[in-house]
Amino acid sequence: MTVMTQTQTQSRTGTEVLLDVRGVRKVYEGHGRSVEAVRDLTFAVGKGELVCVVGPSGAGKTTLLKCIAGLLAPTSGEVVLEGAAVHGPPPGMAVVFQEYGRSLFPWMTVRRNVELPLKEKKLPKARREELIHRALDAVGLADVQSAYPWQLSGGMQQRVAIARAIAYEPHILLMDEPFAAVDAQTRADLEDLVRSLWHRLGVTTLFVTHDIDEAVYLGQRVLVLSSSPTVVLDDVTIDLPDERDQLTTRSSSRFAELRGHVFEQVQRAKKQSAPVATA
Amino acid sequence: MSVLRRITRSTVAALAVPAVLLALWWVLTADSESYYLPPLSQILSTFDDVWLSDRLAADVLPSLLRLLGGFLVAVLLGVGLGVLIGSLRRLRAFCEPVLEFLRAIPPPVLVPVLMLFAGIGDTMKVLVIVSGCLWPILLNTVEGVRAVDEVLVETCRCYGVRGRARLWHLVIRSASPQIVTGMRQGLSVGIILMVISEMFAASNGLGFTIIQFQRTFAVTEMWTGILLLGVLGFLLALLMRLFERRVLNWYFGLRQAQRGGSR
Repeated sequence: MTVMTQTQTQSRTGTEVLLDVRGVRKVYEGHGRSVEAVRDLTFAVGKGELVCVVGPSGAGKTTLLKCIAGLLAPTSGEVVLEGAAVHGPPPGMAVVFQEYGRSLFPWMTVRRNVELPLKEKKLPKARREELIHRALDAVGLADVQSAYPWQLSGGMQQRVAIARAIAYEPHILLMDEPFAAVDAQTRADLEDLVRSLWHRLGVTTLFVTHDIDEAVYLGQRVLVLSSSPTVVLDDVTIDLPDERDQLTTRSSSRFAELRGHVFEQVQRAKKQSAPVATA
Repeated sequence: MSVLRRITRSTVAALAVPAVLLALWWVLTADSESYYLPPLSQILSTFDDVWLSDRLAADVLPSLLRLLGGFLVAVLLGVGLGVLIGSLRRLRAFCEPVLEFLRAIPPPVLVPVLMLFAGIGDTMKVLVIVSGCLWPILLNTVEGVRAVDEVLVETCRCYGVRGRARLWHLVIRSASPQIVTGMRQGLSVGIILMVISEMFAASNGLGFTIIQFQRTFAVTEMWTGILLLGVLGFLLALLMRLFERRVLNWYFGLRQAQRGGSR
């Protein structure tokens, strides 16, 4: 369990490091007692990578994501994005939250929801139009621009949130269990949407989930977290073919092996109350 | 077709009870001999004589302007202070006991006090209206601002929505259901205070005229004034309703969607 002292310049897949999480620890203080949610997280995400973070529920996944997003200050350690330490939400980052129903503005139409961050970025109108059009098109919602979010199904609402994120043209896209609250069918569609958007836009993506299958299906790498206080238990490279398909990928023997491996790690994480890091 | 039927039905429903009450009034007072309780027919026939001449401009209009002025000042103050108090937890801890105290003072007792400071002109009357309208608007705004959704707050932080855009698109819009509720309550308080403020040291206005009629034993005329106040109150409530429908369209839709279990 050593805290990185030198900057990582290469991620595991050999690309330039975009996000560097160094020895992040988070202790919640309050009411006379302190709770150590995250003990030591150290990992790097390379430019253009799609990395999934999986862990048992209560593993401090949301805490980690909030630290990376700059919404929460870590107790010690630091998050470095594109060479600069994160002290507050960085401009080149977009987040898709789990609670789609609460992260879209119910008083704005779909279009205005996507447009608001672009306006704040002071983009000219023509450019905004173009980005909105392209983003909504990419998530298959070009024809519901003037609807309100609550008029749409859960899956469609999450598509709007994704459209808002990609229209923002982030350098890194954080997704916090985005499909935990949608039904299985919609979920499969949305997973494929994430893969195809990542392919098309090449945006670095950190995808947090509690679903092992989802993590293995989506990621190039899967980081397995222990239960709280959290450390990185394992960093699994997913060597499945790049073209993935709900049917063939999920039924391949390699998928089963990887899934089994990650599953074992997560089970181990659940059993151990004070886990020892292997990373 | 069904929309038309629905509108017709709701209109009938809204008018049924008032119609019954008016009919009862009409029938029960039809051959009233009492000087203090003239027949409704007589009140209605005097109505246009009393009000639809120069009193409309001389008394009704000034009253309404004072109400409008006081109400708007109360909305601006209430929403402004409410956003401030609702956003700052420290300030709220300081302000809450004081607010409860101030709210508990019945505004009519402020009339003599306000007269000392603001004289007996329009300023005093507007201030009386403000002193009553303010509280429901302020307290509801504070509640609304406190209840802003945490996920939306974080969304705004992530996407760099801050300053004035945040104030409008996040804070005020999400508190708007409570703000409008406060405005509705404030308006009904305002109508009452409009009348009361004109009962003291006034030379025109609805309250003044009604008191004047009562003191000169013009009982029928006094009744027409009371009827007019009722009608005005009803029309203002209707305007408020239209405003609410327009501003909170999203809110009613959202609530319906949540009840319908689409989430």
